[in-house]
Parts: sequence; C-alpha cells; structure tokens
Amino acid sequence: MSPSRDELLWMYENMVTSRRFEEAIAKIYFEGKTPVFNMANGTIPGEMHLSDGQEPVAVGVCAHLKEEDIVTATHRPHHQAIAKGVDLKRMAAEIFGKKTGLSGGRGGHMHIFDPDVNFACSGIIGQGMGPAAGAALSRVLQKKPGVAVAFIGEGAVNQGAFHETMNLAAVWKLPFICVIEDNAWGISVSKRESTAVERNDVRAAAYGVPGHYIEGNDPYKIYDIAGEAIARARAGEGPTLIEVETYRLAGHFMGDAEGYRPEGEKDGLFEADPIPKMRARLIADGDATEAALDEIETKSQARVDEAIAFARESDDPAPEDALTSVFA
Amino acid sequence: MTQSNERKLTIARSMAEALAQEMRRDEKVFVMGEDLAALGGVYGNTRGLADEFGTDRIRDTPISETAFIGAAVGAAMDGMRPVVELMFVDFFGVCFDAIYNLMAKNIYFSGGSVKVPMVLMTSTGGGYSDAGQHSQCVYGTFAHLPGMKVVAPSNAYDAKGLMTAAIRDDSPVVYMYHKGLQGMGWLGTEEGAIVHTPEEDYTVPIGKAAIARKGTDVTIVSLGIGVHHALRAAETLAEGGVEAEVVDLRSLVPLDRDTIRESVAKTGRLIVVDEDYSSYGVAAEVIATVVENEITNLKAPPKRVAYPDVPIPFARVMEQFCLPNAQKIVAAYKELQTA
Ligand SMILES: Cc1ncc(C[n+]2csc(CCOP(=O)(O)OP(=O)(O)O)c2C)c(N)n1
Repeated sequence: MSPSRDELLWMYENMVTSRRFEEAIAKIYFEGKTPVFNMANGTIPGEMHLSDGQEPVAVGVCAHLKEEDIVTATHRPHHQAIAKGVDLKRMAAEIFGKKTGLSGGRGGHMHIFDPDVNFACSGIIGQGMGPAAGAALSRVLQKKPGVAVAFIGEGAVNQGAFHETMNLAAVWKLPFICVIEDNAWGISVSKRESTAVERNDVRAAAYGVPGHYIEGNDPYKIYDIAGEAIARARAGEGPTLIEVETYRLAGHFMGDAEGYRPEGEKDGLFEADPIPKMRARLIADGDATEAALDEIETKSQARVDEAIAFARESDDPAPEDALTSVFA
Repeated sequence: MTQSNERKLTIARSMAEALAQEMRRDEKVFVMGEDLAALGGVYGNTRGLADEFGTDRIRDTPISETAFIGAAVGAAMDGMRPVVELMFVDFFGVCFDAIYNLMAKNIYFSGGSVKVPMVLMTSTGGGYSDAGQHSQCVYGTFAHLPGMKVVAPSNAYDAKGLMTAAIRDDSPVVYMYHKGLQGMGWLGTEEGAIVHTPEEDYTVPIGKAAIARKGTDVTIVSLGIGVHHALRAAETLAEGGVEAEVVDLRSLVPLDRDTIRESVAKTGRLIVVDEDYSSYGVAAEVIATVVENEITNLKAPPKRVAYPDVPIPFARVMEQFCLPNAQKIVAAYKELQTA
C-alpha cells in the first residue's frame, strides 16, 4: 500500500509539527530549572518524555485512522497525539498544567485524554493494551465502525498485559492493532538484555495473528504495513502485531544523562533523523517542491507557536479544582 | 545536634551502603529490579553496587514486575535473601498478586514451615508534579494486608538501620522510601533527612517508633516526609509557646502503639500527618489506636492532616493544595484549641 501525495504531505506535516512542538516544550521545560535541575520547578514541572526520532511510527499508522478510530498511548505520547489529531492548544495547556488543558491540568503530559478523537494515555507500562482491545470490542458489540491501535514501547512486551491482551484480541478477532515502537531502550535497560527474542514480530505466532517487523524508521514502509493491518481489522479479520525499528534521539526523560548508552551509540543517529530524510525523498520523488515543504514547515511552526502561546497565557486552575471531577 | 566525626549521608547513599554491607556479609543477598545496574537505580539506592558485586547480584530485570517479584518469593523460599525494587509503588497494580497473595501469605499457609526473607523496596510520594500514577503513598493499602512488615524511614540513619534489619528479617518487609527524602537533587532535597549515619553496620528495630521531638502540649504522629512537615510545624508552634511532641512511626507493621499512646497520654492532643489518602488509612489507624484504648486522656478530638480522597493531580497549584504541609498542621492545632 503506497501513500498518496496528499497523505505523504500530511505525514510530513505531522512529523514536523510534532518535532517543533517538542523542541518548544524542551526549551520551556528548562525555564526555572537552572542552574539547579529540580523536576518540581519551572513552567512545566514533572517528568518529560520526548519522542524525537519516533515520529514516523505515529504518522505512518495514524495516516490510516479516522476520528472515530481509537488510539491508546504511553508515557511518551506527544507524536501519537498530534498524529491522531488531538487538539494541540489544549494539549499544550495540559502539559503546562493550565485550566484550559484537556483535563484542566489534572493529567499533565503522561495523561493526555481527548475523547473528541478517541485518544487516551496511561503512564503504566503495557496498560494501554487492555483499554484499546476493549474499545475494539465495544465497536464490535455496538456494530459501529472503528479500529483500535495500542502504541507501546518495546519494553512493554514483557508485561503480562501485553500477552493477555494479544491473546484476548486474537481469540475474539477484534479490530485491534498493537504497534510496538522499538527504540532499543527501556530507560537504561536495552532490548537485548531484557527480551528473549530479537524481534517481537515472532511473538505474533503465539497468538496466531500476522506479525511484522519494519526496519529503518521509514514512514513509507510503516504506512504500507499499517495500512494492510488496519484494512484487515476493518474487514473483521482480527488483530495484527507490528514492531517498528525507531530511535530515541533524546534521553528517556529530560534530565537523563544517558550514561548507560555504549559509547558512540548515538553517532550517526542524528544523520538518520527521519524528518530531513523524508524531506529529501519527497523532493527526489517529485512529490513536493522545496517551496511547498518550506510552507508546511512555516505552517507547523505557526501552529506550535499558537498552541504554546495559548498555554502560556491561560490561567492556572483554582487549587481547589483538585477536588472536582473524581466521579462522573 | 552535631557530633564529632560526623558523617552525613542522604537516604539514597545510606540505603546503598546497607545493601552493600549486607551483600558482603551474606552471599545469599542479591538485588533485582528495573534500572538498578548501569543506572544505579532511578533514586540512587543501588549506585555503584554493580561495579562491586557484578550484574549477577545486582540484576536489571525486564519490565516484568509480576515475574521478578514472584521470582523473589520463590528465591526467598529456597534460601536466598532477595531485595527487589518496585520503582514506583504506584506500579503495584500490575504485580500485587505476587505481593499480597504469595509474598505475604506463604509463611502462614505453610504453618510457619517456610520462610520468606525478602525485602520489597519501593518509592512513594509526590510533590513534584508527576501526577496520579507516579506520586502515591498507598501506605494504608500495604499496611492493611496481613503478612508483610512495612517500614518507612524519614532520615538516613533510620534508612540504613531499617534496611539492614529488613534484609536480616526472615519475614517479608516492604520498605517504602519517599522520593522527596532521597537527596536526589533533581527531586529537591529535604535537608532534615540528611543526618549522621555510622559507617559500621547496625539495625533499627522494625516495629519501634522514635520520638523525633519531645513536647508536652500536642502529639503529632507521622512517617516519612510527614515527619519533616511535623518538625517544621512544631517550630512554628513553639514560637507561640506550644511544645509539640513529634512521633516518627518508622514502622507501620508492626505499629508501635505503646509509644503513640504514651505520648498522647502526656499531651492530650493528637494530630496525624499522612501523605496517603485520608480515608481508611494510617491516620485512622493511629487515631483508633488511641481512642479504642482510652478516651479520657484526650482534651480535644483528634485530627488528621492527610491527602484528600482524590487522585493526585499534575498541576502544581492543585497538587500543593492537596499535600500535607507545616501550615496545615499548625492550622489543625488551632482548630484543636477551638474545638
Ligand atoms: C508497570 C510499570 N513498570 C515500570 C514503569 C517505569 N517505566 C517508565 S518508562 C519505562 C521504560 C519503558 O520502556 P519502553 O516500553 O520501551 O518505552 P520507551 O520509554 O522506550 O518509550 C519504565 C520501566 C512503569 N511506568 N510502569
């Protein structure tokens, strides 16, 4: 399955928007945290997990999704949220902990919820699996259209929730896709040290579903394989397991010195940055001109600037708002 | 009080020192959990240990808490003395069966014929905007379930002695350390937790509270970071001529009910400070400990300064509104006066 020209430009635009958004967040994150780095301080307190480098996975999959389709994400959710069409302004405000945020500041960056586009998160590893399968089940029971995608990290495949949900989705033939973003590291522990198989697509055999491993962090290939899987799910043929080789250009979270990485491991990683690579290919293939891509970049930056300004200018919640919205 | 040849450690350092000393002393002791070897633990409590003991004894695990905590139970029953880390206590949700149905019950089910000498160390607490899946204390949840001892140090001296005692104990011990006390710069530093810690090994008895400050007018009972809030509140109260006694529980299971009761018998007033959710928790247990024993001692109804019964919000203004602090303790004392 090959992306149309419009889809390619959509994918590029969302990768750029995600990157610009996270660059802005990264800069602001250090406001109030220097010279002494204390996570509790600054404009954006708390943990911050960036997805720089992992954008191709989000756009290659979400290019096939409609608003009604469901995505569950992890502690590293920004690229997926953007590709799923989560309201950027209200997401930025949530990350700042503002009243205008998606959750009024209750969730923060690890708990992005936008029911308008069926997007939800959990900061507990592997725990997006069950809810995604359940949403898929709900659509089947209600005879409503929709597929559910659970994005997880490669570290999450060693959680019980991964196995239990894969099996459940397979026996019930749910319209469910598990997409594993293999960035090779779970905090400081490498995939090699923690996972008994080199590639998790082989685990698909255990559930009797198709499995794919996609090399090279390549948005074109991801589009292709994800498209097939999603079409299968829509046709009622059941789940698919996809693992994508990707790269974490930043640390696990901001402030991570990455001392555990073998020397030189990051050399070349930035040359492999998927965004300039896609830009070059779009031009080489004649899918876009320099000027058209420049325009997309300007537009993305403007959207990000607007979202960040909205977040900055928004009011803090009232302290006692903490006591509300516990129950429906 | 400063002592000669004083050696002050953070809780992170003192935990690592206790682990190292016990590993040297007993080759059956080993440690496993996430990010302990190369990283030295997210909260620094195994820093440097992999260099000395190797990755056989300081084991990084997959993100598989059910498997490695269950494995610790099996290893402990087979004669080892594992120390396992659950990185954030909030993650107990994915592995609680191994904890409360296996770790906590196997001694009893076996009629005492097996031992489960293991330590489950886990980080607690918020205050740095990590939201509701990474900031809880859930002390009450663990203390409620029989079969596991539960400790929570407030300073480096106790942290080392309690860790040593926990490792040497033949029963499972849940060791709950508060992130805000670890002395990791990136989480802020509570200076009061960094205290003189002897180099030689020693134990702090599990089940024995400490009087962190002597006083006559009100008893403030707390644990972990709450002890530091209580001490600060006591200073403020002292400016107004009120002498607060601060009881540092140190252990939740067994709970040192005698020390609590003796203190309240003397002061006649009780405030319990707890960062865990208010209802059905430690605060209620401490209050029940006092009132079911003797109510004529009390000059006013007891008070709890605890976390409201809501999930922990991300936004700083909301989180800080919910957390216990010294001002809230002082305000609680004023309410006791008018009660
Ligand atoms: C059940 C559970 N255990 C441990 C953690 C702590 N933790 C947060 S992120 C992380 C690593 C996750 O690795 P991976 O799934 O590969 O995702 P990545 O961070 O690489 O995106 C760990 C261990 C957690 N959040 N939940």
